[in-house]
Amino acid sequence: MKRTLAIARKEVFHILRDPRSLMVSVLMPLMMLLLFGYAIDMELRDLPIAILDQDRTPLSREFISHMTSSEFFIKNADLASRDQIEAGFRRSEYRAAIIIPKGFDEKVTRGEESPVQVLVDGADATTAQTVDNYISQVVILLNNRLVENREFQATLLDPRIRFFFNPQLRSADFVVPGLVAVIMMMICALLTSIAVAREKETGTLEQILTTPVLARNVMIGKVMPYMLISAFDAALVLIVGYFVFKVPMAGSWLVLAGYSTMYLLIALSFGLLISSVSKTQQVAMMMALLATLLPTLLLSGFIFSVDSMPLWLQVVCHANPAFYYLKILRGIMLSGHAWYPLEGGIMLGMAIFLMTLAVARFRDRLE
Amino acid sequence: MSKPESNNHIAVKAEKLTRRFGDFTAVNSIDLQVQKGEIFGFLGANGAGKTTAIRMLCGLLRPSEGEAWIEGLPVSKSAEKIKRRIGYMSQKFSLYNDLKVWENLEFYGGIYGLSKSEIESASDIMLARLQLAEYRNTMTVELPLGFKQRLALGCAIPHNPGIILLDEPTSGVDPIARRKFWDLIYELAESGTTIFVTTHYMDEAEYCSRVSIMVHGKIVALDTPRELKKQQKVTTMQDVFLKLVES
Ligand SMILES: Nc1ncnc2c1ncn2[C@@H]1O[C@H](COP(=O)(O)OP(=O)(O)OP(=O)(O)O)[C@@H](O)[C@H]1O
Ligand SMILES: [Mg+2]
Repeated sequence: MKRTLAIARKEVFHILRDPRSLMVSVLMPLMMLLLFGYAIDMELRDLPIAILDQDRTPLSREFISHMTSSEFFIKNADLASRDQIEAGFRRSEYRAAIIIPKGFDEKVTRGEESPVQVLVDGADATTAQTVDNYISQVVILLNNRLVENREFQATLLDPRIRFFFNPQLRSADFVVPGLVAVIMMMICALLTSIAVAREKETGTLEQILTTPVLARNVMIGKVMPYMLISAFDAALVLIVGYFVFKVPMAGSWLVLAGYSTMYLLIALSFGLLISSVSKTQQVAMMMALLATLLPTLLLSGFIFSVDSMPLWLQVVCHANPAFYYLKILRGIMLSGHAWYPLEGGIMLGMAIFLMTLAVARFRDRLE
Repeated sequence: MSKPESNNHIAVKAEKLTRRFGDFTAVNSIDLQVQKGEIFGFLGANGAGKTTAIRMLCGLLRPSEGEAWIEGLPVSKSAEKIKRRIGYMSQKFSLYNDLKVWENLEFYGGIYGLSKSEIESASDIMLARLQLAEYRNTMTVELPLGFKQRLALGCAIPHNPGIILLDEPTSGVDPIARRKFWDLIYELAESGTTIFVTTHYMDEAEYCSRVSIMVHGKIVALDTPRELKKQQKVTTMQDVFLKLVES
């Protein structure tokens, strides 16, 4: 413990006496959030949908086939009644449900407006947006054809979209939690990736290795101060997300802090692991960047929906801590759920595993 | 395998100690014994293999062949125990430049497991001994090299080790700074500490109880300076060294 604290204390001096790095580690996540928060645009394909056809007429079937023949949607369920819809959402069997009410064909034929209802899990704004866009297109397509054939002028189909957990379909609500996961993973891994590599370069590691200090003293001692910085970063990013992008906070900040701590620990331990296996700071930083940025961006459910990936990629995603954190983050912020025993347990396991691995890979010799 | 000897007057011992890097043999089967309380000079030209050998003695590098013992403990098996008994000062200056002088001492005291009060009393005494008391709050990066070297020595020995291994501790400084450093070495040796020191400077070799001379990874001579001079029929260690290295 004394040794761990000695390491931690020294690390604090390094951090405080290098104000530029400190500034970078605080300002960088903030800038990234603002930059990407405004810029990111997304799309997806093969989204599972459910269909409740209460009309069962040629026109309703035509509408459905237009929807499902696209590369955006695949039909995953045919529903018999409205009551089934919510359960399927909760089980994640589909991400959108389309309801064609009775009398759809009749009304259209008579030239009246005919509402088609689409229900979307709004916590997932990519899905919501895609469904929204695509349905509008299908509707325009059908309207045009109907108008041509029957020489009607009016808009015949009128899709009404209602969102379950994200009623306003704010895309920032979707983007910001994703960005938090990406930014925190990257910054934390970068912060610690140089922690051991720097001492290899300056030669101080050689001196430390001749003392009776243990690998776990070094690793835990080094993680402690960076945990503080990254917690500060995370809080900053979340609060900016809340105030600038107006992301809602349906759940509790405290619960969010708890799960976030676990996630930060994973990222910091991962950085340390990289640090103990690389020879120079530069290599360590490159590795940390490469190993965190793309996976958290692409394989976490942030930009591409995990459901629409091939099976083997889905398996890869399940080894990605960002995948779990994102689920928790969106859940807490958008729907207010507080209890994620599975995801939380997996993240805790990952944190412990990576820290242990970092300690084990820390060489007590110079080769 | 030869058994570790229970001879308790031997501080450092190496048998057939060898280290290869790929095809290149940096240290080629060296044997040596250092008595407790000796100042043992480990001489050799650049690239002779001194640093590689000293790293193996400390347990920092694994030998390709052979074994080293510190106070009778085999280095390959008791690395942790050995670390408590030795102090090592590496050739490359390796203190934290962004820490103050006393913070470096405090840090090394801490990782040697000393308590806060032990560190406080010890580092004051140490600063006085190193003649660095007035630089207590100076940033290490601002110290002249000779002062840094004394500080590095101080940081290597907060746990009062019985054996100190120094790898070219005085390279690159003026004769006065070297003199001051050697005063410290003598002081430590007088209190019974064994000193194992590598050097390029032949005047320093004269101060040693015994010296070995290493050429291309092999020890080509090992004796007291006086005996070596007699053998080579010359008057200075400088000439001994030149004769052995050039032949
Ligand atoms: N990690 C390594 N990998 C490959 N070769 C090495 C390694 N370490 C040392 N060597 C080589 O081994 C030889 C001996 O190096 P060493 O540092 O032990 O010499 P030295 O006697 O300490 O020299 P100097 O007086 O310059 O400090 C050199 O030729 C060096 O290039
Ligand atoms: Mg050397």
